[in-house]
Parts: sequence; C-alpha cells; structure tokens
Amino acid sequence: MMRPPPLPLGDRLASGAGLGGRLLVNLAPVRVALNLLARIPLSGRDCVIALPYLWLTLFFMLPFVIVLKISFADQLIAQPPYSALFDWATQGYLTIKLNLGNYLFLASDPLYLNAYLKSVQIAFISALICLFIAYPMAYALARADAAWRGVLLMLVVLPFWTSFLLRVYAWIGLLNNNGIINNLLMGLGIIDQPIVMMRTNFAVYLGIVYAYLPFMLLPLYSSLEKMDLTLLEAAEDLGCLPFKAFLTITLPLSLPGIVAGFSLVFIPSLGEFVIPDLLGGSETLMIGKVLWDEFFSNRAWPIASAVATAMLSLVLGIMVFQQWLEKRAEAGR
Amino acid sequence: MSRRVHPALWIWLAAGFAFLYVPIVSLIIFSFNESKLVTVWSGFSTRWYGALLQNDQILSAAGLSVRIGLISASLAVVLGTLVAVVLARFGMFRGRALLSGLATAPLVMPEVITGLSLLLLFVALEQAIGWPSGRSALTIIIAHTTFAMAYVAVVVQSRLTGMDPAIEEAAMDLGARPSKVFFVITLPLISPALVSGFLLAFTLSLDDLVLASFVSGPGATTLPMVIYSKVRLGLSPEINALATLMVAVVGAGVVIAGVILNRAEKARQRDEQMALAGDEAPPLR
Repeated sequence: MMRPPPLPLGDRLASGAGLGGRLLVNLAPVRVALNLLARIPLSGRDCVIALPYLWLTLFFMLPFVIVLKISFADQLIAQPPYSALFDWATQGYLTIKLNLGNYLFLASDPLYLNAYLKSVQIAFISALICLFIAYPMAYALARADAAWRGVLLMLVVLPFWTSFLLRVYAWIGLLNNNGIINNLLMGLGIIDQPIVMMRTNFAVYLGIVYAYLPFMLLPLYSSLEKMDLTLLEAAEDLGCLPFKAFLTITLPLSLPGIVAGFSLVFIPSLGEFVIPDLLGGSETLMIGKVLWDEFFSNRAWPIASAVATAMLSLVLGIMVFQQWLEKRAEAGR
Repeated sequence: MSRRVHPALWIWLAAGFAFLYVPIVSLIIFSFNESKLVTVWSGFSTRWYGALLQNDQILSAAGLSVRIGLISASLAVVLGTLVAVVLARFGMFRGRALLSGLATAPLVMPEVITGLSLLLLFVALEQAIGWPSGRSALTIIIAHTTFAMAYVAVVVQSRLTGMDPAIEEAAMDLGARPSKVFFVITLPLISPALVSGFLLAFTLSLDDLVLASFVSGPGATTLPMVIYSKVRLGLSPEINALATLMVAVVGAGVVIAGVILNRAEKARQRDEQMALAGDEAPPLR
C-alpha cells in the first residue's frame, strides 16, 4: 500500500497556521523542537494505541503511584490533610521524606492485621460455599434441554443487571429481628424468640454468597457445557460407576471453571465494602470497610493510603499466583 | 445433546434460583404494602410510588445518575473498543503486555482502592495544574469511564477474536485503508458487542456507590449515594418502590435487548449463508 510520505510536522503546522504561527514556527528553537517531535514516527496506528494508553496511565496507573506516595506522608490538619513528600529545601536541593510511620502503625495495631486476616477468611469461605452451591446448579444447567437453557441462563444473569446495593438492602428486610424470615417463623410457631441474624458474620457470608453466586455459576457452566459427553458414555460402557466417572472425568475437566469462578468470587469479596457495612456488625472487620472508615470518618488519608497499599499488594500477589497456576496448567497439558 | 440428570439436581437448581430471586421478589411485594413498616403486611397500596414521585432528592439524584451513566458509558465504549482493537488486531508491539494488564486490572481491583486512588489523583492534579477544580459530576464520569472501559474491552475483544478474519482481509486486499476497513466492515460486525458493552457500562455506572462516594463533590449526589444514606437509617418503603421500578425497567431492558440481539444475530447468520449460497449459484462457464 503506497501512501504519500507525511510532511515534517513543522511544515504541516506552518502551512496550516496564519502569519503569526508561521513566524513562531520559523523561530530557531521552536523549529528544532518541532523537527525533533516529527522524528517520532507517529502514524494513525500509534495514535490509536496512544489514546487508551494515555487514559489508563493517567487515570489508573498514576493514581496508584500517588497512593504509594501519600502512604509515606505525615498526617496534617490541613486541606488536603497530608504533608508533601518532596520538598525543595531552602538550600536548593531536593529532599525526600519517607515516613514509614503509617506502616509501623498498621503493623502495631492488631485491628488492621485482624481485619486483613478476617477479610481473607470471609472471602475464602464464601468462595467455597459459592462453589458448593453453584457446582450442582451449573451441572444441571449444562445438561438441560437447549430450549430451556437460554431462559435459565438469562435468569442467572438478570440479577447482575439490577442494583447491587438494592439486592443487599433486600436482605435487611429478610434478616431483621422483626424481618420477614423471623415473622414467618414466629407466625408458624416454629420459634417464639426472633433469631438474631442481622449485623452478624452469618449475614455477611450470606450477602457475599448471594451477590457473587452468578460469578461462580457462569464459568462453571461454560466449562461443563463444553465437555465431551461421549467420555462419560465410554466410561459407563467400560463399567465405571457414575460417581467414579464424575471424579475422574467431569471434575478434572471442569477445573478451569472452578479456578476462574473461585477467583471471580474471592478477589472482589476481599475488598467488599457495601455488604459488611450494611449487613455486618462490629465483629465483622473487613479491610474495605476499615479503609472507608479511616478515610471518611477519621479523615486519615495517609493511613487509608497505607491500608490501600497493603490491600493492593495482597491482590497483586493473588493475581501473580493465579498466573503461575495457569502457566503450570498449560505446561502440564 | 442432553443427558439424563439425577432429579435431585433439578431440585437443587430450583432451590438455587429461589435463593437468587426471593430477596428481589420480597422487595417487590413489600413495595405495595400500605404500612410504613416494610416487613409487616397490612394491605395493598401504591402510596409509596406516589411518595417516590414527589421526592425531589431521589428524582434529581436519579436524573444526575442517568446523565453520568450515558456520558461515561459512551466514553467507555469508545475507549474500550480502542483497547479491544489494539489488543486483538495490532499484533505484537512494545507495551502490549502492559496495556493488556492495565485494561483488565480494573476488573479485579477492589473499588475502595480505585476510588481512593482516583480521589488522591484529582486532589494532586488540582494542586498542580488547577484542574479539575473541585470534585463534581466530571470526576465521577472520569472514574466510571475508567472502570467501565475494562468491561467493554473484554466484551468487544471476545467478539473480535471470535470473528472471521477473512472478511477484513478481503477488504484490505481490495485496497481499503485500515480505518475504512474498521468503519465499514469491523464496526457493523461487532455492533452487538458494542451495544451490550454500552448497556453493561451504563448499568455499572448507575449502580456504583463506592467510586462515586470517593470522587464526588458537594454538588453531585448520585442515586446510589442517596439510597445508601437512606438505607443506613433503616428500611424505607420508598426505597422498595424505587427498587421495584428499577427491576421492572432493567428486566424489560434485558429481555428486549436479548430478543433484539438474538434476532440481529440470526439475520446476520442468514445473510452469511445466503452470501455463501450466492457464491456457488452462478454456474461456471
């Protein structure tokens, strides 16, 4: 494909600009700068790459650098409430103050470590419960008639599209001491004292399992649906019992779905804020809620940043581990 | 091919669906309750819908949320599609792995971290260059766009990789420039993915509490922020009415979009088959 060679950037600007622009462009330093710029081979292709790159660098990567920076800053009573990290001292050289105090504070106060561990525990157990509930569901879905499957899948996805906040809110009405479940049980005479369910760990587990169940269902379904069913028939013909066939054929083949579903539930629920805030009580400390409180209630921006950095390293560690697992699985194949 | 499944599995599936839908159904039922007590039934009434329609705070927040959702979903579709095209079609280039990582990271990043970091960025930018001055709807739009473009990129990229490359190659062989190939061939073919990406981005924006709470300013209160502040104070039948309306709109939207996409997909397949049949029809002489 032949294309006319692009004019040097300086000439392009000069031909497009008015007299003032032409004078400006012909100034020696400006011309040197523009010709240097024109050396950078910028094609349409590069612009297409550059645009999302710039956006993501500015609004996704740079913010983390700033979080890291502020996590080393001092708490100040000012607007914004943190000290500057870089300081042009009067002598004219740059001084960098690294204040490790925030991290030492996080390490010394058991609240943060507890919240950290508790988040991992809650997210892990919730993901296990999701797997337990979703696996038989996905299995039945994958083996359902094709005519029904579309409708059933739509029913799985539909709650996704309705407000997360409102779905969590719905559980308050169900779990309250004078809520629907307790009223029903007392009306039927099964209990005579309301069971305390709101503001407990139980409610948090329930909320997370409820909200993230579709995230487990969909990858499980897609890996079970892809499975070659003749393998099971062959096993049956050779006299394999159904349960053993499940353990030796179906389960290993659905392993990618299990791993994907598990991480789709585990990772987001680690940093969950809405569910522990609305359904949990004082005993449920989750790291997302701790960060929120430090920031909004205590206005402790540097501490909140340090909590965020600690959380981020946990998430990144899990992602690296997951990549390693995937690579190993590929190498084994 | 379907296979016999133990009946207990069907019961399990039904129970699972009940678990997913009981909370939503209970919200809807009690939105028609007469009493202010949300959980005790006292008679059918639509008074809470009337009260909702007179609640200016909720209405203006809903209006703002819809505006923010429309703008950020449009931006997210443009940027997310660019990411998807670059990752699916541009082959290897320096920085590809980083872009792929940057584009998928918002999917797994806890929202509290994204929200805090974006707020700190806006504060630092304001100190350094005076923009953006204060937090407003604009900062929420930027946050939602960044978050939602990752989802759009995933949806569009899977469509692009599932597409037959021969059609684009044919257009290029016939001398179309890459940009023309994109706008005339690729874009119409991936349009269902763009629609679902837009809907997804819009829903995510409409639903987001955490990012908006971090980056919004005094003037900009979105619908989830109003709902959250009301819910913290306790149950409110107006919120039930609002939830019912939202479920109705979203449910209708998902069903209609599903039907339209399904029909478009079938029409496309039919066209492709006819095109193939047309190639074979004229006898060679």
